[in-house]
Amino acid sequence: MNRFAELTARLKRKRKKAFVVYLTAGFPDIAATRALLPRLQAAGADCIELGMPFSDPVADGATIQHASQEALRQGMTVRRFLELVKSVRARITVPLIMMTYYNPLLQYGLAAFVAQARECGLDGIIVPDLPPEESGALLHLLKPAGIAQIFLVSPLSDAARIRMIARACAGFIYYVPLTGVTGARAALAAGYAGKIRAIKAVSPLPVYVGFGVSQPEQVRRLAQAADGVIVGSALLDIVRQTYGSKNFPGAVERFVTNLNAQTFE
Amino acid sequence: MANYPDRRGYYDGFGGRFVPETLMPALRELEQTYAAARRDKNFRVQLRRHLTQFAGRPTQLYCAARLSAALGLRIFLKREDMLHTGAHKINNTLGQALLARAMKKKRVIAETGAGQHGVATAVAAALLGLECEIFMGAEDMRRQALNVFRMRLLGAAVTAVHSGSKTLKDATNEAMRNWVSTVKTTHYIIGSVVGPHPFPQIVRDFQAVIGVEARAQIRKITGKLPDYLVACVGGGSNAMGLFHPFYRDRSVRCVGVEAGGKGLSTGEHAAALCGGSLGVLHGSKSLLLQDADGQIRIAHSISAGLDYPGVGPEHAFYKTSGRAEYVSVTDREAISAVRELSRREGIIPALESAHALAYVLKYGTRKFKKNSVVIICLSGRGDKDMEIISQLPEMQR
Repeated sequence: MNRFAELTARLKRKRKKAFVVYLTAGFPDIAATRALLPRLQAAGADCIELGMPFSDPVADGATIQHASQEALRQGMTVRRFLELVKSVRARITVPLIMMTYYNPLLQYGLAAFVAQARECGLDGIIVPDLPPEESGALLHLLKPAGIAQIFLVSPLSDAARIRMIARACAGFIYYVPLTGVTGARAALAAGYAGKIRAIKAVSPLPVYVGFGVSQPEQVRRLAQAADGVIVGSALLDIVRQTYGSKNFPGAVERFVTNLNAQTFE
Repeated sequence: MANYPDRRGYYDGFGGRFVPETLMPALRELEQTYAAARRDKNFRVQLRRHLTQFAGRPTQLYCAARLSAALGLRIFLKREDMLHTGAHKINNTLGQALLARAMKKKRVIAETGAGQHGVATAVAAALLGLECEIFMGAEDMRRQALNVFRMRLLGAAVTAVHSGSKTLKDATNEAMRNWVSTVKTTHYIIGSVVGPHPFPQIVRDFQAVIGVEARAQIRKITGKLPDYLVACVGGGSNAMGLFHPFYRDRSVRCVGVEAGGKGLSTGEHAAALCGGSLGVLHGSKSLLLQDADGQIRIAHSISAGLDYPGVGPEHAFYKTSGRAEYVSVTDREAISAVRELSRREGIIPALESAHALAYVLKYGTRKFKKNSVVIICLSGRGDKDMEIISQLPEMQR
């Protein structure tokens, strides 16, 4: 059984929603990422998104831009990313998802990438600059490899686009409740509940919500409407603030535990 | 005209639409608005009126007599430098500002390198009463301080971009991020034949007025088509604007001149066609400067307007199909071309346009048939570059 199906079954038993965390691989360095992954899982993360940095991340706000630049300076590449996944896979039982942009994959070679990603145990991939219309070549390789491609839905996606995205998508559907880039926001955008219902009306896949989520109250409210909540930039901010101090990784773990507690019914 | 792009926005394998989902509906709306505008006589009349009365079209096709005599060629300069704001960029910004109005969007944004596209956008926004914000790399703001002042005087907000190389690539990233956040009310006026479909097509079509005029003018003057077209290529809008209307005139040879910076072999250049490889950046698949891991390399050119690691997808198509030839000249060669044209013809060209001139000056009849007719696109004037050129050691003599 694939890890997404396992996750859905487990969440149902535990009567909770998925709590998903995002980390940029190689930030602040590769050893830190390797050490953090099992701790995030132990602190309650139901699924882990690992960012493979790109020099020009147009869907990302300041926090992930900064983390990406740092990680590239640390020498992160697609090859090292896959090695990292392979080295932690035995200890990580939750789904591991790669988030990256299309160009690093294209240069690595799509076929080689998918074959190795499968061997390393990658469960899914998110490529924000690759809409379903352009994803034919990658999807064609991912499907037989059993790796889910997760697509984003925006508040501006109409019914026809939502249907098209749902058809291409596997694992879960990623709903972005705001028109904007990644990064913590003070307030939640309005109208997300209706859009989540519209997505669920056309797809059996779970709908997870991410972008702009940082506070327990936001997680609690989103978890009522969606099947899962994704937190990224806020977590990276804490990593950046505490790395190298005695609060690392304790502060990161406490943050995850605290937010995860908001996802129980 | 050629049947490119195809329905998915491709020029035989180059192009497409590689953007976040949030922008996909806006790109479709833009595509539909543009298709309707092309059929709408009223839109065409309005654009024609603005181009004529406001921007100063048509521009002259000027026979550079002394330069011609010195080189043994018949050199004609397409004088886009004579347009309002001093460069060809306004052909596109007027068209796109009208499209913004047709989509009932009250705000426009743009990226800018040299500042010419930013100024042309600010001017179009002022003309049509649109709110305007320009994104510009902090390094470029330093290099082109006068243009920053012009944009602000025109009522535009200019936002400094401090990420990455602090130049055009990073300004484009930031403009795209801002567009993702404001797309409901804002149109992004991309300044070159780059970006996701339909931008490369829209910018090409608005810039094609350069080639359409030049084609009619040269036939009137010489009674025949030219032998060569030469234009500089950064993103490639003035070159595509000149080349495109000659696409089917197979006897006309197109030469695009890229920024060779300190020389192709140094790695410090901005020549995506001569020294790049296939990849995806800023919404389209084209040739670009990147490392083996697919990370984008920082471009280098003395000319801020050419200092960009990518190039429009239609140029990549022209290159691989052989319809155009792409070459490069160095910073140094471009600077001497500025001096040469200034002294021989009394025309001070922009550093960008000087790249096209430099190639013709460098090779003359070794490359171009003796007495052949060569149209060079003088895409902009050099006023904006006076400060940076005056500080160069070779100008201190």
